[in-house]
Amino acid sequence: MSTVPREVAEEAAGAAAAGLKDRAGVPHGSGSGSNGSGGGGAAYRPAGSRQGQQRLERALTHLGLLLISVGFLLPFLWMVSTSLKTLDKTMAFPPQFIPDPVVPMNYWTVLNSPKIDFPLFTRNTLIIAVLTIVGTVTSSAIVAYGFAKIKFRGRGVLFAILLSTMMIPFPVTMVSLFSLFRWLGDHTPVQWLGTFKPLWVPSFFGSAFNIFLLRQFFMTIPEELSEAARIDGCSEWGIFRRVIVPLAVPALTVVALFTFMGTWNDFLGPLVYLQRPEQYTLALGLQAFQSQHGGTEWHLLMAASVLVILPVIVLFFLAQKTFIQGIATTGIK
Amino acid sequence: MMRRAEWVSLGKGLGFLSPWIFGFLLFTAIPVGLSFYYSLCDYSLLQAPLYIGLQNYRDLMADPVFWKVLVNTFKYAVMALPAGMVVSLGLALLLNAPIKGQAIYRTIIFLPSLVPTVASAMLWLWLFNAKLGLINTILRWFGIEGPGWLTMPQWAMPALAMMSLWGVGHTVVIYLAGLQDVPKDLYEAAELDGVGPLSRLRNVTLPMISPVIFFNLVMAIIGTLQVFAIPFIMTQGGPARATYFFTMYLYDNAFQYLKMGYASAMAWIQLVIILCLTGIAFWSSKRWVHYQGA
Repeated sequence: MSTVPREVAEEAAGAAAAGLKDRAGVPHGSGSGSNGSGGGGAAYRPAGSRQGQQRLERALTHLGLLLISVGFLLPFLWMVSTSLKTLDKTMAFPPQFIPDPVVPMNYWTVLNSPKIDFPLFTRNTLIIAVLTIVGTVTSSAIVAYGFAKIKFRGRGVLFAILLSTMMIPFPVTMVSLFSLFRWLGDHTPVQWLGTFKPLWVPSFFGSAFNIFLLRQFFMTIPEELSEAARIDGCSEWGIFRRVIVPLAVPALTVVALFTFMGTWNDFLGPLVYLQRPEQYTLALGLQAFQSQHGGTEWHLLMAASVLVILPVIVLFFLAQKTFIQGIATTGIK
Repeated sequence: MMRRAEWVSLGKGLGFLSPWIFGFLLFTAIPVGLSFYYSLCDYSLLQAPLYIGLQNYRDLMADPVFWKVLVNTFKYAVMALPAGMVVSLGLALLLNAPIKGQAIYRTIIFLPSLVPTVASAMLWLWLFNAKLGLINTILRWFGIEGPGWLTMPQWAMPALAMMSLWGVGHTVVIYLAGLQDVPKDLYEAAELDGVGPLSRLRNVTLPMISPVIFFNLVMAIIGTLQVFAIPFIMTQGGPARATYFFTMYLYDNAFQYLKMGYASAMAWIQLVIILCLTGIAFWSSKRWVHYQGA
């Protein structure tokens, strides 16, 4: 059943997406934003020395950015370079920049190392990530709809509570959540500690940050669309499911991406709740790998780090725009 | 009295909010309350909590390690927070200039903020290596013999603060979005008035993006005061407890020494400190944050 004329829906999708873009038109704006320090319309520019000064400004900006970029990239290059060296060459003094010989085998060694079970840890991380993404996206979207599209008494207060929960440091709830999950394990047949559950079950109850993000997006979707569907006899849930969700795919993707990054990155959560090495996530596994080595086999450690970073970087390049727009939106009140 | 329609929409609203309301009670409100109760208890996890009043707080006041980690955390915040604010804003201003290769520069500066914390810790352990690390290698080109960054107490914390600058990309993106929202005619007007670049920055750009600066400041306060994973992995608080931070000691109390009550008292002190500092930020924001159209 399609309650909304297609053109209207598409137009709204465009408008909504533009809303996201306008606020966050950051990436790839090569030259589009002329409001920088060297900006200003050409029409207002007195000729002569002023032009020279602008050229100088621009050249200095270039030089600065070039140096900084090199500084930001060098650690990556150093990591990759080390990951391709032999153990002896990592210890060579003075250090070499270009590995000789180049040993791509290091990656194979790490992938098969008994000290860090890459396939298992990747599987664990992905299981937690997928469950957390499903939970976060669905529950946050539902809750955000309530905050964005339904007017009811007490909504403002609840929204203020939602925002303030973002300021509560994890350590405040860490200890009592731990004892809560322990208590549940002792008093119900279901074990929580030492399983993935404490890491993903809470995500099915909405996450404040993502609810906020989606609410901001839902508010840009014109109310007329919901009205039209309501006149056609659509229930509130139907409006959410058939009108809002299809229009919000870009924003939902942002939430999914952020959640994936968060899970891939999370260290303290798994550290507190996971107990046996066969449950480790990649983050925990990498740390365990390092502490076992006492920091000697740098070539393998760097290869392992590259392997942990790579999926994130690939994901970023696949979804660059969505990503940057999502981050940019978070900074807008 | 509420009309029928109001009850209906209240029901609908709460219906949609119900996952979060349950989650809030179960995973936030109750744990926060419980942790306050635990902070008043002797609680080892193995036995039921035993109420001891303010004893944990009194013990904390007399605990030299508590003061050490508190001071360390503030020291770190004083190094990392202003540096991060200035560097991220400076980078955003540079990256906002309409120059060739802008997209590439932006990508390069953003990339490090994607690196998972643990991987970043591994990488910087290696970069900071006194003899074989990249940083001291580069310093040696200039005839400087760099210190053992993570092995000397006086250098470990500055090293961690310096490292945190590598990951400012996220904040830079938020600033860039803010800079896009500054109306161009303001710059044009300033230019017509013959205002120089520095004055334009001071009188146009900074006031216009002050809400974004404020947002990033609050986020930075909350984040910096909780610093945990990086020092936990890289230095384990050493050398000589020079990088032993608040959350690390809290974690150790809870999960190494099983002093859950003591740890909860620390958590509450942390919460109060964070609330006070963000409160101060909010209070001061009236003087320096300008909301458009307000």
